[in-house]
Order: sequence, then C-alpha cells, then structure tokens
Amino acid sequence: MAMNRFEWASARTAAEGAASGATTVADAMLPVPGGPPGQAVVLKAGGIDLLDLMKEGLLAPRRLVDLRAIAGLDAIAQESDGGLRIGALASLQQVAEHPLIADRARALAEAAGGSASPQIRHVATIGGNLLQRPRCWYFRSIAHRCLRKGGGKCFAVHGENQYHAIFANEVCAVVHPSTAATALVALGARIEIVNAGGDVRRPLLDEFFVAPETDVQRENDLKEGEVVTAVLLPAPAAATTSAHMRQSDKQAFDWPIADVAVVLERDADGRCSKASVVLGAAAPVPRRARATEEMLVGEMIDEKLAREAGHAALEASTPLARNHYKQPIFAALVARVLLRAAGQG
Amino acid sequence: MRFSVGVHGLRARMSRRSFLKGTSAATAGLAALETALTPAGAAAADDPQVFGPEPVSITLRVNGAARTVAVEPCATLAEVLRGPLNLTGTKIACNRGSCSACTVLLDGVPVASCSMLALDVGERAITTIEGLANGDVLHPVQAAFIEHDALQCGFCTPGMVLSSAALLERNPQPTAEDVKAAISGHVCRCGTYPHVVDAVLAAAQARRG
Repeated sequence: MAMNRFEWASARTAAEGAASGATTVADAMLPVPGGPPGQAVVLKAGGIDLLDLMKEGLLAPRRLVDLRAIAGLDAIAQESDGGLRIGALASLQQVAEHPLIADRARALAEAAGGSASPQIRHVATIGGNLLQRPRCWYFRSIAHRCLRKGGGKCFAVHGENQYHAIFANEVCAVVHPSTAATALVALGARIEIVNAGGDVRRPLLDEFFVAPETDVQRENDLKEGEVVTAVLLPAPAAATTSAHMRQSDKQAFDWPIADVAVVLERDADGRCSKASVVLGAAAPVPRRARATEEMLVGEMIDEKLAREAGHAALEASTPLARNHYKQPIFAALVARVLLRAAGQG
Repeated sequence: MRFSVGVHGLRARMSRRSFLKGTSAATAGLAALETALTPAGAAAADDPQVFGPEPVSITLRVNGAARTVAVEPCATLAEVLRGPLNLTGTKIACNRGSCSACTVLLDGVPVASCSMLALDVGERAITTIEGLANGDVLHPVQAAFIEHDALQCGFCTPGMVLSSAALLERNPQPTAEDVKAAISGHVCRCGTYPHVVDAVLAAAQARRG
C-alpha cells in the first residue's frame, strides 16, 4: 500500500514543533466520528515507525512536522549533577556506541545496540523508539479493528498470541515495543517533555507509560502539543553495574520474545543493596519483577540465587494459549542477565 | 529571495511565490532555483515553511554528482533512486526496513532507503551500488564477491556489498564476527552468508595489499 500524500514542514525548535498543531500518533490513528480521515498533523523524528504505519494505511496525516533540524537535540552529555542527558534525536547507534553510556549504563548500550539492524539503528532515534506503537500483528493489520485502534475487541487474547504478553494481558495483550525502554526503566530514567508554552515536565519513564487498564488506546502519557526532548539518566551510585540481554527467534534483527535488564548496587563486601529487574516483551509496558528485586537485597549473587530469582520473576504471570513457552525463557534469561550484571556471566 | 528548508541543511531552495501558488515542481522547481522572487508576505517569513503535497525540487548528492529532482514529500529515497534517478541497483523487497535490500550509504553509513523519505537526506552524500566502482575498476568488495561466489539470485547483493564496503572503511581489519555484525540486517534467501563473510575478509586483505 502506498503512503498517502502529505505536506512537509520543518520545526526549528522544540517549541515550534509543540506549537505546530500536531496531535499524538495515537490520536491521529483513531477514527474521527463523522469526520474525514487524514487531517492530522504529526511530528516526525527518524520516521521509521511513522513510515511503517503509513505504508500499512494505519496513519494518514495531512502534514508531517520534521523535528530533525532542531539544533543540539541529538547530543549526549553529562549533566552537572553527574547524570546523563540523551537528546531525543540521538540515534540508537549513537546510544549504543557512546563511551559514557557504555561506562555508566551498560544495560542501555546493550539494549540499543541489539535493536533492529545497523541500517535502522543509524536512523531511528531514542525518542521515537520510546514512542513507537506496538508491534502486535492484529494492531498492525488494517483488517483488524482492535481495541487499541478504537474497535471492540482484542484479537490476540484468543488468537495467534505466541509473541504476546504473559503478564497483565487481560484487556489487551500487546507487549511494549521498545527494548531500550526495558533498560531505561531499570536505570530509573526520566523523560523530558516540553509544550508550546515552554513548560517542561520530567516524569519517570516507568510512570510515563500507560497500561491498557488505564487507557487501551495509547501506550504513554504524551499529550497533544508536547514534544519529547530528552531521556535523563540519574547519576549512578558508586558500585552500580548493569546488563541487558534478549532472546529472539533469530540471532540478529528480530523482535525479542523476551528481554531483561538488571541494575545492581552492591556494598563493599559485594552484597546486593539494591536491584532493579525489568522484563521486556513480557507485558504491555516494561514490567518490574518486584519479587525478584526483593529477594536479591542483602544477598551475595551466585548461580543458585540467580536461578531462584529467575523463577520468582514469573510471579503473577498469566500466559495465553500459545505463549507458555515464554515462561522458562524469562526464568533463564533473568538468571543469565543477573549473573552478567554481577560480573559472573 | 530564496528559502531553504532547514533539514540538516537540505537545500530545497524554492521561491515562496512558487510554493504559495502550489505550482508543481515540474513547471516551477528548476526555474525557481534560478529565479529570485520577492515574497508577497514577508511578515510571515518566520513561520516554518510548508512544502507539498505537490512535488518539491531538491538536489541530492548521488555518487558524486548533484542531481536535481522533483519529489513529493511522501516519496521514499528508494523510490526516488529507482524512479526518476534510474538507479535500479538499489532494490525494494520488503519495503519495511526488514530485509535491507534497499541499503545505500549516507555519508558512508548504511541506511534503509525504503524507510527514509527523500526529503530527509539533505546534504548527505548518497552512495548507491552504481557509485562504488572506480570507473571500470571494481571495488575490492565487488571483486571479492565474484571471486568467492558470494551471490546467487543477486537481489540482496547490492546492499550486502555496500554494508561490507562501509565496514572496511571504518574497520580495515575486521574479524568474521565483525563482518557478521555488519551484514546482520541483510536477508539472503539463497543463504550466501558464509561466502559473503569469506569475500569480505578476503577484500580486507586485498585492500591492505
């Protein structure tokens, strides 16, 4: 299917993008009752997901407002408080290769570096990656008017659901599409958002994402007239280590069927003092494995504990007819990533 | 007076008048590049410029030459290369960025040209498979692909060759793992991967002399 014809404009500042009359991609994809289709103005960064949606006929904007000319929005730099600021237009390749990220936030470097293909990583931005829409094949099919597109049902719950959620899947069984998000939530990242009036808000990424029970038609709390300008990583505590791994059908260039990020803080004697364990491709939003996190605190990490932690991560899982196989994969992957983050894998 | 679209320095110069009239670039594009016109509404000069949906005249740097072409904003780079620019060595297979047959280099970096709008290219230099050889002298990667029988149907080959050539520019002494990572985006249904790895390693050696 060919893309619809559209106008092109270029924002020179984030405020100009926010004031461009753009709506969110989620709103632009919903049917307008009684109205003509294709009237939306939509913001564009790398454009990877937008082009996919437009080629499928799921999105037909009147105008794209390109954000790529905004000066400095692709910069990655250390802030005065020791945190890292990753401009929203930084490419996944920049994120994967940046020495400060490799040094301070290995989980993010590994998640970004393993995403998609080199060709896509050079173009896709971290901001666009976090805002991309889910990859559920029913959601991506023009023939299926699912809940998330304003229709009446989730086709995945009783359909072909082998790549779908094993947690929190009662309303809509998509998995969150961003692998970088798995690592960023584990790292306690915030997302910086500006509006046309110049107001800035910086919610925790974990709280920015929206579960289907709250609103099934959007994956995040981005509002009309807002532009994502950066991802902010807090300064890590002294003895912090992290890791991310994925398991896919194919070794390269495939969506993960499971991915896991672990961030560990440890005492001088090596005991875990704080753990973040987040599961990706597991639920509609990145899923914290809280039972696992709790059982790690105060312990020395070894293989036996890692295996127990992997099984604990499955607590509250509700697999669907075709995705029970994900449970042992997550259990094994949590153990493996935990050992890797602890320097034993 | 001329205007530039501020897209990574994209030089889509066109007159405000030709834009406001919505004149198709077939009649106005090239002329607008040469004709300085005074805008009627100079007060609006600070507003972002809006182009399309009619064709816009842009100049792309392709294989060392400046090529001016009229493109609709919805045209992908792959469509413009294969259509008006007649560079059909760039293949469109999945058209979703999933197979990398459409790979071209932008300033030496591999990108999926099916998943990028032509208006996104700006001033970056495009290298397609047609631009890799030096006259009649094949690029070492091309010669090695022939020598090592690294292709069958050939549909993935232009992209494979470009990704491999880009690898050798940034890493002249790659390992087999480096080569596999560099071509990890490419789908080859004929299964030529082992010969591609052999060819690229041989090309690296040939380049070092």
